[in-house]
Amino acid sequence: MHELINKFCVYLSYPFVRYAFVVGILVALCSSLLGVTLVLKRFSFIGDGLSHVAFGAVSVATVLGISDNMFLVLPVTIICAVLLLKCGNNAKVKGDAAIAMVSVGALGVGYLIMNIFSSSSNLNGDVCTTLFGSASIMTLTADKVRLCIILSVIVVGFFFVFYHKLFSITFDENFAKATGINVNAYNLMLAVVIAVIVVLAMNLVGSLLVSALIVFPALSSMSIFRSFKSVTVFSVIISVTCTSIGIIIAILASTPVGPTIVAIDLAGYLICRVAGVIVRR
Amino acid sequence: MSQLIFENISIGYEGKAVAENISFSVGQGDYLCILGANGSGKSTLIKTILRLQEPLKGSFESCDGFNFGEIGYLPQQMEMQRDFPASVQEIIMSGFLNRSRFLPFYKRSEKQKAEQIMNTLEIFELRKSLYRNLSGGQKQRVLLARAMCAAVGMILLDEPASGLDSRASSEMYESISRINRDGTTVIMVTHDHAVAMKYASHILCVGKKVGFYTKEEYCGRVVKNNIFDKGENDNA
Repeated sequence: MHELINKFCVYLSYPFVRYAFVVGILVALCSSLLGVTLVLKRFSFIGDGLSHVAFGAVSVATVLGISDNMFLVLPVTIICAVLLLKCGNNAKVKGDAAIAMVSVGALGVGYLIMNIFSSSSNLNGDVCTTLFGSASIMTLTADKVRLCIILSVIVVGFFFVFYHKLFSITFDENFAKATGINVNAYNLMLAVVIAVIVVLAMNLVGSLLVSALIVFPALSSMSIFRSFKSVTVFSVIISVTCTSIGIIIAILASTPVGPTIVAIDLAGYLICRVAGVIVRR
Repeated sequence: MSQLIFENISIGYEGKAVAENISFSVGQGDYLCILGANGSGKSTLIKTILRLQEPLKGSFESCDGFNFGEIGYLPQQMEMQRDFPASVQEIIMSGFLNRSRFLPFYKRSEKQKAEQIMNTLEIFELRKSLYRNLSGGQKQRVLLARAMCAAVGMILLDEPASGLDSRASSEMYESISRINRDGTTVIMVTHDHAVAMKYASHILCVGKKVGFYTKEEYCGRVVKNNIFDKGENDNA
């Protein structure tokens, strides 16, 4: 045990490990903060669809040789988020079908583009990294960390300022509309924030596993707690805890970071379910 | 003193009118019941008053400084998500959001008002409970409390007693009547004539025939029509 702690301290002296922790905790915070709203508004699948869109955008950026792909990926994902939300509202293509279409389309075309145009010698490795985030969190630059901090502050700020309004439009959209809250504007903002979270979370767990960060903490928390506020607070706590444990295990046992975090989140969910059953007795 | 004036307005959706030439006015402290058969446009009228949709023809206005953002609304049978975690207090407080537009928190005065409303409706003890575990009558009273938080001068109720048993619904109507006696204008959609006759001060019929009456006028008409019906029956 003592040895493990020593080993961990040595690792912590490397800047990239510290970056990984900072980004990991911020992403866990943001995704879980809005996760409750997204799950209850039935938006969690949009998050999944967007992560595939982000994958497509990453592959295009890689092929184009854009070194900092955030500047392409973020706007593309935001635009898709807004479009998906609009599609959900008018019934020409049903919301869930539209999401499936966009996400599979982006995934397929993204891989195709990478396969045809990429000059990289390790194509499968690149794709795997983008999908499962295996090593990308360990290769964060200081710039990316800074961007991540700024975006997280925006997301957290958005949540705190509009907390009650988010509650109202999540709980009863019609009532919110009737009392003069501009529901469409808030939904639009929410879509943008989802996109930001997805792009942030991609750094941590890769695009295939992004939804896990949004969905697991919210569901875990909802199985124990009863009010909107306590559910939100606890989902942040559980998310940050699980992510930290996941990163530590990944470093010490040299497992891939993203899947490790998701596995811990899943374990956390199961524990919460059991705890929930016991509490309700 | 009128808060709301409708003049020759047609309502409907997608260009199809469901009710035409509706005229009525609502004054401070009135209790207006909107009567009509299913599909006669009662709910459409409510949505029009709330400005969730535009009237097909004509326009309406508020008077005496009455503000549309100050209407409290109790929707008809809300589709509740089964797993929604929300405490009674959180739901009731969300009624205030129309006024504290840019404040990220609730004011102390609002908390006090909510407490007072909860006491009036006898749900103060439930304030920490989970909404989805409440009985139908309790849920409806919570939503009424939320509407009261939102209301400054007027409260709009769409079939407030639908789905309630007779005891819960008469309690509901008594609560509404009490709110009205305290000076809040009530506009209520109902299909229950007896309720309208018991509580309303004015009655608006929508559908093929549109009419706006005070209760006395309406009673007179009902009596007359009944005699007329009887006469016809006698002839047959």
